[in-house]
Amino acid sequence: MGLKKVNTVLLLIGLMNIIVSAQNRKVNIPEGMVLISGGVYTPLYGAKKDSITVKVEPFYMDKYPVTNAQFLEFVKKNPKWQRSKMKNLFADKNYLSNWKSDSELGEKVLPNSPVTNISWFAAKAYCKYYKKRLPSVAEWELVAKASAAKPDGSQDPNYIKQILEWYSRPTPEKIPQIGLRGKNYWGVFDLHGLVWEWTSDFFSALVTGESRGDSGLERNLFCGSGSVNASDFKNYPAFMRFAFRSSLKANYATNNLGFRCVRDIK
Amino acid sequence: MKTKIKIFNMLLTVFFFATLIGCSSESSDQVSGEEHAQLTQAPYVPQAIARKHATKVIIDLEVREVIKRLSDDVDYVFWTFGGDVPGSFMRVREGDLVEFHLHNHPLNKLPHNIDLHAVTGPGGGAASSFTAPGHTSIFSFTAKNPGLFVYHCATAPVGMHIANGMYGLILVEPKEGLPHVDREYYVMQGEFYTEGNYGEAGLQPFSMQKALTETPDYVVFNGSVGALVGDKSLKANVGESVRLYIGNGGPNLISSFHVIGEIFDLVYNEGGNNALQKNVQTTLVPAGGSSIVEFKVDVPGNFIMVDHSIFRAFNKGALGMISVNGADNKTIYSGKQKDELYNGNSSSANGVNPFTGELNKSNGKEEYISKYSTGDSKVDENLLKTAMAGADKSSSSGNLFNLGQTVYNMSCVACHQADGKGIANVFPPLTGSDWLKTHSKEEAIKNVIMGRTGELTVNNKVYNGIMPPQNIDDTQSAAVLTYVYKKFAGKDVSISADEVKKVRAGKK
Repeated sequence: MGLKKVNTVLLLIGLMNIIVSAQNRKVNIPEGMVLISGGVYTPLYGAKKDSITVKVEPFYMDKYPVTNAQFLEFVKKNPKWQRSKMKNLFADKNYLSNWKSDSELGEKVLPNSPVTNISWFAAKAYCKYYKKRLPSVAEWELVAKASAAKPDGSQDPNYIKQILEWYSRPTPEKIPQIGLRGKNYWGVFDLHGLVWEWTSDFFSALVTGESRGDSGLERNLFCGSGSVNASDFKNYPAFMRFAFRSSLKANYATNNLGFRCVRDIK
Repeated sequence: MKTKIKIFNMLLTVFFFATLIGCSSESSDQVSGEEHAQLTQAPYVPQAIARKHATKVIIDLEVREVIKRLSDDVDYVFWTFGGDVPGSFMRVREGDLVEFHLHNHPLNKLPHNIDLHAVTGPGGGAASSFTAPGHTSIFSFTAKNPGLFVYHCATAPVGMHIANGMYGLILVEPKEGLPHVDREYYVMQGEFYTEGNYGEAGLQPFSMQKALTETPDYVVFNGSVGALVGDKSLKANVGESVRLYIGNGGPNLISSFHVIGEIFDLVYNEGGNNALQKNVQTTLVPAGGSSIVEFKVDVPGNFIMVDHSIFRAFNKGALGMISVNGADNKTIYSGKQKDELYNGNSSSANGVNPFTGELNKSNGKEEYISKYSTGDSKVDENLLKTAMAGADKSSSSGNLFNLGQTVYNMSCVACHQADGKGIANVFPPLTGSDWLKTHSKEEAIKNVIMGRTGELTVNNKVYNGIMPPQNIDDTQSAAVLTYVYKKFAGKDVSISADEVKKVRAGKK
């Protein structure tokens, strides 16, 4: 017991050092990324006393979603991820279908807009090439719940309303550029309002498709929409994200789904 | 023994085959052939099924998230089955094998699915049809039970998907078919929860708070305010039989469906295939449920469909029309035969004072003083004169204004609304009305005391309704017009009882 405590304390000190050093010596923060100092993520907003929480360790996250121009660069260096070479196992026929060709973006997309029509495999390969990885649901949700002013915006009705408004609208024909909206508390842009984003463990979302049945299946982790009441009505945006993720398969390339990467702190 | 057993076996065999033959002849309803279902958008219904056998029916339904009109100057992002609210009407036959293709358009933001109440199976197809944007799901079911069934989206958050318009009707015709009628229509109620209040212009986002407290700003038939009025009224001719397929998508409210001036000859309660009830005035349509009503139209005119939870009809949009053409039948309905003078105070011992609501206790000798004026009608005349002389507006003409407001709230508010904005396409607005600005006082007086019928253009919109003559006296008419001019038309005009009297005399 005593050893464990000591270990925990040591670990905490170690982590704090990392954070402090990362913050003091900015050189350590990879380019285009920001430090997320970790925290506790409660699956779906609105904690109940018996709900499960996930501890999220500190990590770096891309400030912006990966753009068409960046992905084009990656494809040039890694020709096996060209559209024409793609196997259905790793991405369906919609893979990069909004690009003009293997090596040209064309008229339908802006270079500085998030890349979409990307499968999970392709997103994963991109992150790996740059020595990064896809964020977990917990990591993504932890960062995404921050409003401009607070690490947890889930108590701010205006913040929720804005997200919900975006979720309610169809995707525009041409997806807007990154960075036009303000950054959130962590300095991260566009988690809401541009495109959906892949997560490494998207398939562990607990909506089965018959959302009303989920309330009985996974009551502790996922209180289905049937049990939404006034006190946790703010779950709506999270419900929609979970529903979206659970409708996917890893080879789906969808026109409003992009990604960004994260990197562990070493 | 052995022979006995043999005979017994033979008998068994014969019996077995007889049973088989019996079965196969009974199941003449085997699925044969294949066809694509014809889908229609409300208020239209696909043609009755002529087929006498079950078949494989392929239904293609596309989910689209679209921005459309909810009311005049008010837009909303509807999530739709087939591009409209309510969703496409589907018609199959009992015993049909339905192969359902649900397409989720690639530009949609969200995954969707469909729960058809006509399906026997977990989720009504919801889990099997869960579909990401840019994908199609296929599943099959046998339409075992005849009836009129609601279908809706059941993706989390379910309430929001339904509140945004994801519902429609599927009719499973009984094997023997439904009796012939001359006309069939599709009417579906649903309510909308917007951040802005009723009529607030612009693209209105969904209000989760209002949905949770079940306080919609819009309760409408067929997806928008005025979807079934004016040119878009349902049509029928005198003598025809009409069948309405009524659905209620909710998400929250139960509808008390009523057609003003019609009695339903037959009601298939809750959309079952047995017409159990005759001669019904108002039929309940549960949220996520339906009803089928039939009636013969006997006389011409406009018949107003309402949710008889009546504030929804006049203040939130739950109002549609059936326009019936043909010859009058004065025996069934005479129209107004006579307009006679009636003096409540002198002819009746127990009249009710319309302004105080108090019973007249005496036989007319006792005078009642209105709360809203300083004395009897003679005093009001004095007030009017003072007002016309341009005296202090805050006191005397204020009184005229107050009296006018009282009359307005009693006689006018039901149609022209408290804010004077009327009801889109049905009752013309008084607020900002160009008609009031460009027409004389006399014409306005005429409208109030004599009523008005036929086409009327207000603010570039054509109305074609009936305003009945108002049974109010000269003073009340003068007061209400003064109120309307000042409050709604922004015109500082005072009208006297004498002016009203002159117009009244002139009409004779």
